[in-house]
Amino acid sequence: MSKIPQELKYTRTHEWLRSLPDGNVEIGISDHAQEELGDLVFIELPQVGRRLTAGEACAVIESVKAASDIYAPIAGTVVATNEQLAQSPELVNHDPYGNGWLMRLKPAQASDQEALLSAEAYGAVAEAG
Amino acid sequence: MLALLGVREIDALFDEIPDALRVSQLQGVGPGLSELEIMQLMRARANCDGAPLCFLGAGAYEHHIPAPVWSTVTRGEFYSAYTPYQAEASQGTLQSIYEYQSMMVSLTAMQASNASLYDGATALSEACLMAVRANRRSQSARILWPRSVHPHYRQVAQTTAAGQGLQFETLDYDRSGHCVLPELAADADLTALVIAQPNFFGVLEDVHALTDWAHARGALVIALVNPTSLGVLSPPGQWGSAGADIVVGEGQPLGCPLSSGGPYFGFMTTRLQFVRQMPGRIAGRTLDLDGRPGFTLTLQAREQHIRRAKATSNICTNQGLLMMAGTLYLALMGAQGLERVALTCMARTQELVQALCALPGVRLAFSAPRFHEAVLLFDRPIAPFLQALAAQGIIGGLDLSVHYPELGPALLVCATETRTGADIERYARALGELLT
Amino acid sequence: MTVQQTAPAQTPGDGNERLPLRERLIFEYSRPGRGARSQWPEVPPGVPSIPSALRRREPAALPQVSELDVVRHYTRLSQLNFSIDTHFYPLGSCTMKYNPKACNAAALLPGFLMRHPLGPPELGQGFLACLHELQEMLKAITGMRGVALSPLAGAHGEFAGVAMIRAYHRARGDQQRREVLVPQAAHGTNPATASMCGYVAREIAVGADGDVDLTALRAALGPQTAGIMLTNPSTLGVFERRIAEVARLVHEAGGLLYYDGANLNAILGKVRPGDMGFDVMHVNLHKTFSTPHGGGGPGAGPVLVSERLLPFLPLPIVARDSAADGRARFRWLEERELPQSIGRLACFGGNAGVLLRAYVYMRLLGQAGMRRVAEYATLNANYLSARLQQLGYEAAYPQRRASHEFIVTLRRAAQELGVTAMDVAKRLLDLGFHAPTTYFPQLVSECLLIEPTETESKATLDEFAAAMGQILTEARQEPERLRRAPYTLPVRRLDDVRAARELDLAYRGAPGGE
Repeated sequence: MSKIPQELKYTRTHEWLRSLPDGNVEIGISDHAQEELGDLVFIELPQVGRRLTAGEACAVIESVKAASDIYAPIAGTVVATNEQLAQSPELVNHDPYGNGWLMRLKPAQASDQEALLSAEAYGAVAEAG
Repeated sequence: MLALLGVREIDALFDEIPDALRVSQLQGVGPGLSELEIMQLMRARANCDGAPLCFLGAGAYEHHIPAPVWSTVTRGEFYSAYTPYQAEASQGTLQSIYEYQSMMVSLTAMQASNASLYDGATALSEACLMAVRANRRSQSARILWPRSVHPHYRQVAQTTAAGQGLQFETLDYDRSGHCVLPELAADADLTALVIAQPNFFGVLEDVHALTDWAHARGALVIALVNPTSLGVLSPPGQWGSAGADIVVGEGQPLGCPLSSGGPYFGFMTTRLQFVRQMPGRIAGRTLDLDGRPGFTLTLQAREQHIRRAKATSNICTNQGLLMMAGTLYLALMGAQGLERVALTCMARTQELVQALCALPGVRLAFSAPRFHEAVLLFDRPIAPFLQALAAQGIIGGLDLSVHYPELGPALLVCATETRTGADIERYARALGELLT
Repeated sequence: MTVQQTAPAQTPGDGNERLPLRERLIFEYSRPGRGARSQWPEVPPGVPSIPSALRRREPAALPQVSELDVVRHYTRLSQLNFSIDTHFYPLGSCTMKYNPKACNAAALLPGFLMRHPLGPPELGQGFLACLHELQEMLKAITGMRGVALSPLAGAHGEFAGVAMIRAYHRARGDQQRREVLVPQAAHGTNPATASMCGYVAREIAVGADGDVDLTALRAALGPQTAGIMLTNPSTLGVFERRIAEVARLVHEAGGLLYYDGANLNAILGKVRPGDMGFDVMHVNLHKTFSTPHGGGGPGAGPVLVSERLLPFLPLPIVARDSAADGRARFRWLEERELPQSIGRLACFGGNAGVLLRAYVYMRLLGQAGMRRVAEYATLNANYLSARLQQLGYEAAYPQRRASHEFIVTLRRAAQELGVTAMDVAKRLLDLGFHAPTTYFPQLVSECLLIEPTETESKATLDEFAAAMGQILTEARQEPERLRRAPYTLPVRRLDDVRAARELDLAYRGAPGGE
């Protein structure tokens, strides 16, 4: 059974979103996703300053058997990316909700988050797929 | 076997195929021949063209190929093996690829190589597409290239890039045969500059200045090089202050016979930071379960069989056997042998140029330093005397009037280390008689 | 009549293990000053000077080794390989049939080998005659109207084919066509090719019976459809029975049909893609026409077209004229004769040496031989499928006839025994067989795609079946043994993750940029 922290929001494409105290959001991939992909070997992150629309492919996560696109859960501007992942992509496997975070965005509109899934709703998605 | 399958005849196994689609006769395919008969036919066909003396380069060069190259490469274990997807059963192929990659990295002074592409022309196309992926700062997909890049290479890149939004802009050459850089607006968005060394005319470009010019404008440098020339010329990784970004070229001069145009192999090397944008297969060294070193295909997630629609390229089959020939050639020649081949070719071409320029109406087009080809200008049309030379078993060079009509009657000639003084004399004598 | 026995399969622990050969890198043989000097030319006087800024300062770090070092090293490396010449190689989708040596001997005749591609046609009549006849035979075999030999591989031919489809729609002034349909089970090159041509690849579902789902197809077709890319028999190893209906639907929607020729071996001489309604296709000469795989290449992927795509064929193409004396004269078609051509695909006319090998193979087979290829390829696949099912393996489409290949799925074994298709594949290597294709097509989980080809005897197939039987027994009794196979090869299973994370792509002794 994969972990799905209650306090986060999720997408159908297996990204999670965490609201930060400064108003920005933090984004990563779920435990289910990292399990499916297997040992990660490389992560290609967007440049800081890039503007993303909701659902836009913004990063690529590569394991030995697959290279998957990561889609922005909401519209926003990239303010930070996790630089540790260049040396240690396995952080996403070991700690997908903590040290394995991918990027932080400054949201474009506060209301975008309404479309995201709760932990329970995402649980159903992960079970089915 | 049929009993196990519960059918009376083999034809029953095709019963799912609609009758309307079944053919019983192929019009246009005759009866089978024995090996004796086909070899007799092929010998007659191979012989009917004679063995002409060749002074033509233009992207394919006749070099001495050491005997061990093909005797080894045609061993069944290499010849009839498949792509090394089952690494444990393919260490021979995989280790050879790793050694090839190492040699090409060293030869070009770059950091990573792939395991070959189809040929030099398609390698250039792939390099242009790669530059668009790799150059994050550029949005334009604008590629600059001189007219002195091989005309067929430019045609191939255009055919390939047509569906992918690349814009090619052509630069002129000056009277010395060198590439002329354009005046650009300060904010011009340029993705890459292609630098050919030597260029199609055999002329040597000022690669350092060209490289620095491109980098100063945020463009990547695609180096298109002759591998033999790297025995004596500065390697692309050392061009300008930062070095080239992607290096490609035709590997045929390294151990592959002319063989009527193919198979050859394209090579590509690059910086480590761009390795994930590089198309084609790549072999890497790693450890096995017992901690022993071994080789395997790596970074496959970029390739068509995994990434599918978003792959770096659709390439699957490459030119593996020819890459092996290149590896053996480089191992046998080494840096010293390659240098000698390069210098010998330059000396022979010089000799050829001097012998032909002594003939009436013949002069050198570009006086700038060159590698092993030269453009000669004539005072009369090329085609008739080229034809007459062919009738005497001499291939005199390439008539440039189709691709470079502005030069007037012009001939691209080449003499490699396989041409002797006597060969050159024979050519000069025959041409002399035709021109007087 | 005696049946040739292969070497007994080696079971680890029975004292018969072959000592795995290990072989250093060629660089590790280097000694300063060593070299194959008899291969180096004497540099004559009169070498023109090179501007010092352009001169190479340090020699490349290539090996400094003797000729014997090179021969011994690469010969030993060759002995670490499985190949058709040494092993049964039932790789699905690859058609690993025997490569007759005559094909190689003919292609290496000096007249062909030493010929420069840009030489005058009057000094290439023998070569051009072979190519022209190859063009004609390919048209006859496929039922198509036009052909170009220059694509250098199957994927390259695919590119040419889809580019011609694009050129066709453009020429009609139709800018709406933006999608290419591809079955879920398609080979990865198909959607990759569609992308390269600026199309969006749209997947169509395949039904449980293995055929394309016609309802899904109808739903996906429309004015945005440029065409569909299909293989027949499909990548699932079965014949697309409703191909005539598929062709009709796609043509009605204004799209064209592309045929991926990878599986032509199953129907050679029996069915022609042109008759099925395809507008354009490629042939894999290195599959169906037995040119050598060479450890990854070279191949050749000639492309063939129906009437409406003739104007768009890539150049060069060999043309045949009649000379004044009535004899045939061959030449290359000129650009002005094909003004709407999609252009040139390679610097020269294609992988000539590969084309010659395929030509010789076709002449050796002749018409009857070609039919026998399809018949025995199909017989062997159906027989092997039946044998494996007898042993307890699960066929993916047991109710269908196998074409020249078939799929076995290990999904039950994976669930019940924790043994995967990969494990079976690795253990087969120990037992002296190259593994079948694994995990393709992606549609079937834990699959092995098995293609015996027509050049294998019943005895070999039975030995393979016996080995597979042994593996199934081991899976039930000692699954851990399978999971850690192979044991008897030069290396054990390799750490792919490490290979991708800690990139070691070139010998460090070779000075590079760093």
